[in-house]
Amino acid sequence: MNQVILEAKGIQKFFHDPTTVEVLKQISFSIHTGEFVSVIGKSGCGKSTLLYILSTMDTDYNGELLIKGQNMRNKKEHELAMVRNELIGFVFQFHYLLNEFTVLKNVMLPGLKLGKYTEQEVEFRAMQKLKILGIDNEALKKPNQLSGGQKQRVAIARALINDPIVLMGDEPTGNLDKKNTDIVFDIFKELSAVYNQSLLIVTHDNEFAKQTSRIIEMSDGKIISDN
Amino acid sequence: MNFKLLYSVSLALLMARWRQTLVAAIGVTFSITMFITLLSFMSGLNDMLDGLIINRTPHIRLYNELKASEHQALNDVEPYKKQHGFIHSVKPKSDRKGLYNAGAIISFLKTDARVLGIAPKIATQVFYTVGSIDLAGSINGIEVEAENKLFYFQDYVVAGNIFDLKNTPNSIILGKGAAQKMLVQIGDMIQITNNKGEIFPLKVVGFFQSGLSDIDKVQSYCSMETTQKILGESGSFMTDIQVKLTHIEDAPAVAKYYQNLFGCEAIDIQTANSQFETGSKVRTLISYVVGITLLVVAGFGIYNILNMMIYEKMDTIAILKATGFSGNDVNAVFISIALSIGIFGGLMGLLFGFGLTHVIDMIPFNTAALPTITTYPINYNPKFYVISIVFSVVTTYFAGFLPARKASKIDPVVIIRGK
Repeated sequence: MNQVILEAKGIQKFFHDPTTVEVLKQISFSIHTGEFVSVIGKSGCGKSTLLYILSTMDTDYNGELLIKGQNMRNKKEHELAMVRNELIGFVFQFHYLLNEFTVLKNVMLPGLKLGKYTEQEVEFRAMQKLKILGIDNEALKKPNQLSGGQKQRVAIARALINDPIVLMGDEPTGNLDKKNTDIVFDIFKELSAVYNQSLLIVTHDNEFAKQTSRIIEMSDGKIISDN
Repeated sequence: MNFKLLYSVSLALLMARWRQTLVAAIGVTFSITMFITLLSFMSGLNDMLDGLIINRTPHIRLYNELKASEHQALNDVEPYKKQHGFIHSVKPKSDRKGLYNAGAIISFLKTDARVLGIAPKIATQVFYTVGSIDLAGSINGIEVEAENKLFYFQDYVVAGNIFDLKNTPNSIILGKGAAQKMLVQIGDMIQITNNKGEIFPLKVVGFFQSGLSDIDKVQSYCSMETTQKILGESGSFMTDIQVKLTHIEDAPAVAKYYQNLFGCEAIDIQTANSQFETGSKVRTLISYVVGITLLVVAGFGIYNILNMMIYEKMDTIAILKATGFSGNDVNAVFISIALSIGIFGGLMGLLFGFGLTHVIDMIPFNTAALPTITTYPINYNPKFYVISIVFSVVTTYFAGFLPARKASKIDPVVIIRGK
């Protein structure tokens, strides 16, 4: 139950442009199943950078990253893509929905990519996810017909389609008003409590962070508090 | 790789910019249409021009050339045998014009498997006597059936029946130009004078038109028997044996073989008409170059549109990669977009190309030089269609290759952080 699903060991990252700056300094921590973790810190402290490394999208770092016990170093590009597809759900500040597809198809895309289920099963699962997020009525609309809050909820449904071991969010409420922020936060809490979903959310909203089960505070590329 | 999924993504991207993609596809369609039209038309023209020569020219012509003997009597006399002698003012000896042993040669040729058919011929100079004027002319004595079978004699006879030449004794088929000069109609009698000054009356049974007016003004055809009579020669006399081979490419080698075997002159069609082959080759080359140029231009159009699409769809590419699509998947998406443009445009091009060549094929094209041609010549060779579709797919693949590679290398972090 209380299994380690994601472990960072001495993650170090440099930006080389215009001068070499160490943005992450020997970051080490781990996340367990069912944890609701928020990462806070001032802007520029490296929290988003850390998240992109943890999500395997950024591979230019020193140190070790283990997801479900597997070392992510030395994995090929398409293997990392498979890890992202299967094990990680990602919600960004911007929704990044594809306007060419319906809401339902948007949610289904990563599921279809995984290819574990048939198309009908993926569709059924996508509808279930949309139902959890209370937007199953909008399934056949195009994303540009939805409001900002609804779009972000679709993005969350998309992140959940393959039952990831961890849902990562990069300021997922950054573009939303207070009401929608609350809705999204309630969804996260419900996912954590009811579905035992592990979450790792980067935010600068301390209000939001206070309600999570674990807060990691970063400053200047280092973790200064973790509780 | 899940092709159905990738295809649905490509299709969505295609439809998102369907106007531009349509323009790109029309570019391909246009170039393939022109490519097919050019090749079909050029090749039709080539076939026609080649036909003018090849259909009427024997692959090998055996004849006896009047020339000075290479073997001079001086060389047989001691002590000059081993020396080099100079003989001035050597003249060709008086020799018969006909082939020696023609009957034996013909019966041998009939057994040679490489030979498709043979037609004997007598070529001789005559004068057409019109009132008090003598017009220079030449008569070809032919065997009507053989000439028609091998050289499509019928096609060039514009009035009268070719078999009347054989069935009516002392008959002649006049060249159209000669007939016009002499103001004669079919059924009229004309008089010709042979090289010995003897006058023969002949009945006109038809006119022929070769397409070369200089020839039509002088040339006429008679049967072998009539010509032999005019010349006062025996029934076995002939000046040429025209040979058609099963494979025209063998002509030079076979000609050389016959020359040694029969001891007469043998000239092959390639040597006699080398300029025509060169002309055909250059025309074909030009049409290929123009066609490929058009396709390359269309390829640049596709390249541009894909590049634009990639800049526009950066977000889409980034999120596809963030949610687990690999670089190869993205690459496949854009390559398949390029290929769909190419295949769709190419197939439309085949259709339009066929239509356009069909239209050209119906345009009247009447020229005195080519009595058998009534419309512009088109060659509907399936080879051109295969080449076109292969070219269109290959060009669009290369046009899509660089943009697709660029798309597959997009770093999602850069795009997502930029927001």
